[in-house]
Amino acid sequence: MSKFSGMKINPKKFHRSQLKFYFFLVPMAAFFGLPILYIFSHAFKPSNELYAFPPRFFVRRPTPENFTDLITFAENGGVPFSRYLFNSIVVSVVGVILSILVTSLAAYGLSKLHFRGKKLLFEINTLALMFVPIAVTIPRYITIARLGLIDSYMVLILPLIAMPVGLFLVKQFIDQTPNELIESAKIDGASEMEIFIKVIIPVIMPALATVAILSFQLLWNDPIGPNLFIDDEAMKTLPFYFQTLAMNAGAPGGAGGNTVAGQGMLAAASMIMFVPSLIMFIFLQSKVINTMAHSGIN
Amino acid sequence: MIKKMNHPAWFFTPYVLLFVLFIVIPVLMAIGLSFTYFNTIETPEYVGLRNYIELITRDEVFMQYVLPNTIKFAFIVGPVGYFLSFLLAWILAQIPHKPRTVFAIILYSPSMTAGIAMAVLWRVIFSGDRSGYINAMLLDWGYIQEPIQFLTSPDYLMNIMIIVSLWSSMGVGFLAMLAGILGIDQSLYEAAYVDGLKNRWQEIFYITIPSMKPQMLFGAVMAVVGTFSVGAIGVQLSGNNPTPQYAGQLMVNHIEDFGFIRYLMGYASAVSVILLIIIYAISKGTFSILGEKE
Repeated sequence: MSKFSGMKINPKKFHRSQLKFYFFLVPMAAFFGLPILYIFSHAFKPSNELYAFPPRFFVRRPTPENFTDLITFAENGGVPFSRYLFNSIVVSVVGVILSILVTSLAAYGLSKLHFRGKKLLFEINTLALMFVPIAVTIPRYITIARLGLIDSYMVLILPLIAMPVGLFLVKQFIDQTPNELIESAKIDGASEMEIFIKVIIPVIMPALATVAILSFQLLWNDPIGPNLFIDDEAMKTLPFYFQTLAMNAGAPGGAGGNTVAGQGMLAAASMIMFVPSLIMFIFLQSKVINTMAHSGIN
Repeated sequence: MIKKMNHPAWFFTPYVLLFVLFIVIPVLMAIGLSFTYFNTIETPEYVGLRNYIELITRDEVFMQYVLPNTIKFAFIVGPVGYFLSFLLAWILAQIPHKPRTVFAIILYSPSMTAGIAMAVLWRVIFSGDRSGYINAMLLDWGYIQEPIQFLTSPDYLMNIMIIVSLWSSMGVGFLAMLAGILGIDQSLYEAAYVDGLKNRWQEIFYITIPSMKPQMLFGAVMAVVGTFSVGAIGVQLSGNNPTPQYAGQLMVNHIEDFGFIRYLMGYASAVSVILLIIIYAISKGTFSILGEKE
């Protein structure tokens, strides 16, 4: 009776008793994974396959046509596709770097430094985990207009930098680093900033990778910034271009009708939006899981 | 210079500045504007509680469609998504590392599809003509004679929104729960069985959940916020705001409708404030339910 028969966490190898899990996981993976697979397959379909009946899941004669269409269509609209792509990349890269920097600095302050209002700051930030940005789009717009930030790259970046979830995760992660590390650096005469750069940064890489992924997804996919805060067409980003495309070409009741070429371009567009996030996650997933182990709210 | 940076202000000033500018001020401003009439051109005019009173007593669309839709949507997507995250994390923790990683990537990847990618994908699957996947399948099996207008039909739109949202709900909260379970000390289970634990249900309720309660709470907040953030989905799927017969109209769409289509910013702000209060109340409610299980 005393033989242990309960849960086995993180087993080393396959055992027959795990079969029941796979019976559940495989259909689940199909529900979650097939639509993703479909994005890839659909993007490479030539026009006659996009509207084939019966529809086929997998592409039969893959072609880059949809991607070239997407590029030509943008040229005809006056702004080259490369411009949107360039804007998106600049905004995302600069934004991710700033976000990592700003978040980790504050997280170190909250975790290891002593100052008045520290506890309050952390509590407000935890409260802000529940913040839904889309709910305050209007006052955000007013604030941004008052600051004179309309029509600048910064307006696509700054509102997305302070991420309460990011600060929360990094702070919890830094809490795990032993104080002895910091104390011994202090004895050697290091300042707080030097400790942060030389001691803390190297050990919190997993948490920073997590912030990078989260903030990249926000920046890369953000449709609100380019829509509301930017008037200059040449400064807009990919989500804006694709949204316009979707409204003209793809919506069931859209003005431009349900054109075949439009559908093809949209499929290619979805792939362009999705792939960078996927690649980042595949490379960084073990670091993200590692960070999440410390994600608890106490 | 770096050698002298000891003051805490060096560390938290940039974050606090951005946090105040883009989160605190907009929230306070929304509260302030919600007591005004503001059409973006004239200066806001104080009207007291009028916006709230109109919202509750006169706005038929809000009371008849938007609020019930939001409640239905949130009360299905939130709890089901949360339960599914836990279940999948619990299962994944019990298979070896390599297949677990593959499954985790598959389950997480839908949460990375946002906006256009998500809308286009599901529009093709639920397309209203026979080239749509679901329609083609149903026609093929002989269930229906004519293709169904899934995305423009008020009867289906809400259910499709729920399916799509559940599909993309295995996000950060799910990963947190997975990490939480993986971090539980195996010997806890062994000891508990020696102490007379009888079955897997007891095991889940007496060991697993209490051991990962912090992650459960984090997951809960993420589930609530995630549920209310995907508000635009009905508009994206149907291609219209308002959605056909308001079938998929959620509070976020109502805010946009009044704020950016009709330019009644004060009124839209009142809706925002109500939305923020609902999210806060639900999160706190979830906390107290989960908190009691100690």
